[in-house]
Amino acid sequence: MNIHEFQAKQILGRFGAPVPKGQAASTSDEAAAAFKALGQPKAVVKAQIHAGGRGKAGGVKLVSSVDEARDFAAKLLGKPLVTHQTGPEGRVVRRVYVEEASQVARELYLGMLVDRKSGSLSVIASTEGGMDIEQVAAKTPERIISEAINPLLGVSSFVARKIAFSLGLKDKEVNQFVTLLTALHRAFWETDASLIEINPLVVTPDGRVICLDAKMSFDDNGLFRHPDIRELRDSNEEDPAETEAAKFELSYVHLDGNIGCMVNGAGLAMATMDIVKYYGAEPANFLDVGGGANTEKVAAAFRILLADQRVKAVLINIFGGIMRCDVLAEGVVEAAKQVNLNVPLVVRMEGTNVEQGKKILADSGIKVIAAADLADAARRVTDAIGARKAQ
Amino acid sequence: MSILVNKTSRVLTQGITGATGQLHTRACKEYGTQMVAGVVPGKGGTSFEGIPIFNTVEQARRETGANVAVSYVPPAFAADGILESAAAGIELVICITEGIPVLDMVKVKHYLVETTTRLIGPNCPGIITPGECKIGIMPGYIHKQGDIGVVSRSGTLTYEAVFQLTQLGIGQSTCIGIGGDPIVGTSHIDALKLFNEDGRTRAIIMIGEIGGTAEEEAAAYIKQNVKKPVVAFIAGQTAPKGRRMGHAGAIISGGRGTAADKIAALKGAGITVAMSPAELGTTMKAVLEGHA
Repeated sequence: MNIHEFQAKQILGRFGAPVPKGQAASTSDEAAAAFKALGQPKAVVKAQIHAGGRGKAGGVKLVSSVDEARDFAAKLLGKPLVTHQTGPEGRVVRRVYVEEASQVARELYLGMLVDRKSGSLSVIASTEGGMDIEQVAAKTPERIISEAINPLLGVSSFVARKIAFSLGLKDKEVNQFVTLLTALHRAFWETDASLIEINPLVVTPDGRVICLDAKMSFDDNGLFRHPDIRELRDSNEEDPAETEAAKFELSYVHLDGNIGCMVNGAGLAMATMDIVKYYGAEPANFLDVGGGANTEKVAAAFRILLADQRVKAVLINIFGGIMRCDVLAEGVVEAAKQVNLNVPLVVRMEGTNVEQGKKILADSGIKVIAAADLADAARRVTDAIGARKAQ
Repeated sequence: MSILVNKTSRVLTQGITGATGQLHTRACKEYGTQMVAGVVPGKGGTSFEGIPIFNTVEQARRETGANVAVSYVPPAFAADGILESAAAGIELVICITEGIPVLDMVKVKHYLVETTTRLIGPNCPGIITPGECKIGIMPGYIHKQGDIGVVSRSGTLTYEAVFQLTQLGIGQSTCIGIGGDPIVGTSHIDALKLFNEDGRTRAIIMIGEIGGTAEEEAAAYIKQNVKKPVVAFIAGQTAPKGRRMGHAGAIISGGRGTAADKIAALKGAGITVAMSPAELGTTMKAVLEGHA
């Protein structure tokens, strides 16, 4: 789960990380009031969307009057902002963050994430702040500093100092960095974060180290321990079909193709998308109905698939292990009664109670194209929309 | 021969009184696995279909000689369950549970280094040596005793691979689901090493997916160390960047972990890669017959 910059800064500030003062605003008048409340000659107004590249896209501005703060907020609010991460449709800006302006002498990068290979938290730092870190890693890997943090020890001061010196920090800046890294590490553990990214981390001309931007993502599996963070979920930033799917504990990701896919198991679901492509068409989605799906869940999944106007055919691929094929078949029949099925439906079933499942579908009167195996299913569904590529 | 589990394995179930624990303990017992104990704190002294239940793993191990634990404990308590089995000296812990917070697994992973316990999973279907011992949630009947080792990050995709092999009359030595989470106890490399050393295993199918670099590391390992034929498949060639595809570990992040990278690494190491998930069995057959 992702949150907005201003929310990440509130959380990190609570753990003692140095963040500029600021206030979120959802109207231009609120933005004007926030500027006044800061009581400083200048402030920065920043669009709040779950995507990077806001500065380059015109979503961030230094303002020096109440009117300028109000005008810029009015220009952003309610309109889509297109950055290199949003796709061409952009994201509608619903809030801006009005923050005190900081003087910048140096821009650095600081990130913390779980390193799968070592099974530890890893700190990533770089002298190349304010840039896309993936590009820095690709073009100048020698400018990336990476240190593992032992979970049983936490952040040792010497490790933090080592990173600070590698970043070229000096004097009092080093101790500030040690304090900052310790704060980030505590915040990471105590909120079940999956990523903290400070880009840029800035050093001011008078030697203060400040988190000028902040991004936090959280481990969905850890959210049950943090009801306060779960509340920060912004459904405006999510695909409505994905939000609907989540209500039924279905794992759904919207894609750009026109073959709707319903599968049990994440690996098989990805493989099913792959074979659709292999036979010449594009999948409309990833959808894993899970192992313990019941009729209601299957019916919900089917409705979500068919609600996508671009879907020209549906492929159901179930390998029944825990999930029984008869349950799947009943769910499909149930859903087909509720929605108007007007696209070809190809079903491939294997595994537990497969014969009962096939019989339920055959007796239902629904027009089902039965497939013998995975390849046959892919052939039939791509044939159905006239997209099949010979293999 | 086989790896890790066989007909002498003595298995205890953590979470035996939950619906999932009951269902699969019963199915594993029916398959022929020696299900010797259950552990549920507070329910010690009771039993489930003739299987005695204990309050602690330590007690269950002492009283029944269990050497393998399988866990269906809910996510919030699952890490503690793994630690308990490891602390009690259980040799092999198989954690089926999906949804364990990744930071819990960071701690578990570091603790396990100090023990002799091997963990499989979490978020996995389990392990099966066909005809001898099934531990986990896979449907037993699709398997056939034989000499192909199967290792996979996925559940149902593994069933697909096994089903294709069995349909072609090709049996399996042992099938391990290593799990779809970012941090798992047993890696592809660990499983490859075991299969490479196993006298019965003749060839190996490795099924990977997007996310992380485990398959790239496995490719390098195979090139250096594995003398047996390996057939691989990578799921997620059509997955978009930055989106989690069901499995917590299946995400392309920072431009790394794409299917294309993994396939290139595998092919570069001389491994036969099936490009369609419908060709897992036939690709293995061709390799065994020497024309792939």
